[in-house]
Amino acid sequence: MSTPHPTSHTPRPTPSPDLEEIEIQLLLEGVYRLYGFDFRNYAPSSLKRRVRNLMEAEALSSISALQDRVLHDTSCMERFLLGVTVHVTAMFRDPGFFVRFRNQVVPLLSTYPFIRIWHAGCSTGQEVYSLAILLLEEGLYHRCRIYATDMNERVLQKAKSGIYPLELMQEYTQLYLKAGGKRSFSEYYTAAYDNAAFRASLRENIIFSQHNLATDHSFNEFHVILCRNVLIYFDPVLQKRVHQLFYDSLCPLGILGLGRQETLRLTPYEPHYEELGDRIYRRLH
Amino acid sequence: MAFEIIVIGTSLGGLSALRVLLGSLPRDFPLAIAVVQHRYKDFNNSLSSFLQQFLSLPIKDVEDKDPIQPGKIYLAPADYHLLVEPGYFSLSIDEPVSFARPSIDVLFESAADTYRDRTVGIVLTGANHDGARGLSSIKTANGLTIVQDPASAESNIMPLAAIAATCVDAILPLAEIAPYLMNRCASVRS
Repeated sequence: MSTPHPTSHTPRPTPSPDLEEIEIQLLLEGVYRLYGFDFRNYAPSSLKRRVRNLMEAEALSSISALQDRVLHDTSCMERFLLGVTVHVTAMFRDPGFFVRFRNQVVPLLSTYPFIRIWHAGCSTGQEVYSLAILLLEEGLYHRCRIYATDMNERVLQKAKSGIYPLELMQEYTQLYLKAGGKRSFSEYYTAAYDNAAFRASLRENIIFSQHNLATDHSFNEFHVILCRNVLIYFDPVLQKRVHQLFYDSLCPLGILGLGRQETLRLTPYEPHYEELGDRIYRRLH
Repeated sequence: MAFEIIVIGTSLGGLSALRVLLGSLPRDFPLAIAVVQHRYKDFNNSLSSFLQQFLSLPIKDVEDKDPIQPGKIYLAPADYHLLVEPGYFSLSIDEPVSFARPSIDVLFESAADTYRDRTVGIVLTGANHDGARGLSSIKTANGLTIVQDPASAESNIMPLAAIAATCVDAILPLAEIAPYLMNRCASVRS
């Protein structure tokens, strides 16, 4: 709690949600102007939750105080960046998606001599390795180049390392099998102490690089774009921007893969795709 | 003042409680209803089709950015948090809150933030403490807070936790919650 001003006997009232909204807007505006990271069109409710958590973690009593620290202390900005973006991911999350990818997308991809894939918002990389394993098992990996991007450098470093807690491997193995995995999952990693390090050969054709969906433009033309459970964090305005970016970055008949509860139904891009099922869409022309 | 949204949270025993409560609401019920029922993450989207056969209102698993429409029931999908925005829903895969994803607190707190005193919060049967904090946020925003009478709950831990955390507006046996809602919603509209 804040200390009352020495000359005042009335304690400061609890900030009303309206004031909090003003404070959040000022914070996001400041972060954008100073650091160039644009959170102004993130879905308000989930962003507000994470800003509040961050304020508590920094032991501050208001969002304005958090703004002060974020703008003056770059190490606090790093914590802010990690705190307001979400890094929950898993290998072969929603196995049905990967089964569908194996059965319906792989045959399409096998007709190309060279395959460019963009995994947007790859976070700590578990899904990129899942994809690499799938493509390897289907005999396509040597013809693929996967661009794995995220806005956060720190998270990308983790993705690049390919090292994850060993305790997760049991769950990942189950998901791998449900996703139609063809070998023994343990072939793909080496256990060392409490960690599992994924085989370096899996990332031979992966390029990890920084890219911000809220502010950056397209950087290539792709046969496949995967962006799963990232757009849920954006508001409809930013979602529209990103769908435009994806549409412009896909080749005709290219594939777009979204998260289980994400859809093109509410966007202007719906008529430009056909759905193959399990949130896998194919650009029409 | 008219209510705009009802948020309901339940855990252990929730399936039969939801059947009774939602099944008693008439086809012309005027508010949007958002529901968190704790469940295993593999327990996919069959819950809504199971419940639908007992309900006269349409129920669906929320897809991201679904508009919030009156007279419809929205279910938090397995393994996603459900949040309320002005006029639409958002989903998130943030870490579980109190071991739960979807979390009742997350839904209730975002509803209180967005719809304030136009929110009705209801805590039903369950064997944990999820929902207690969220219901208290709804009360602070001057919304209407209702808890299932612990004596009529299959598991009374969640109703008791909610009652301990908030000075709730009504503690009702399960069968009386729907008539109470119809009464309150009709009276504020006339």
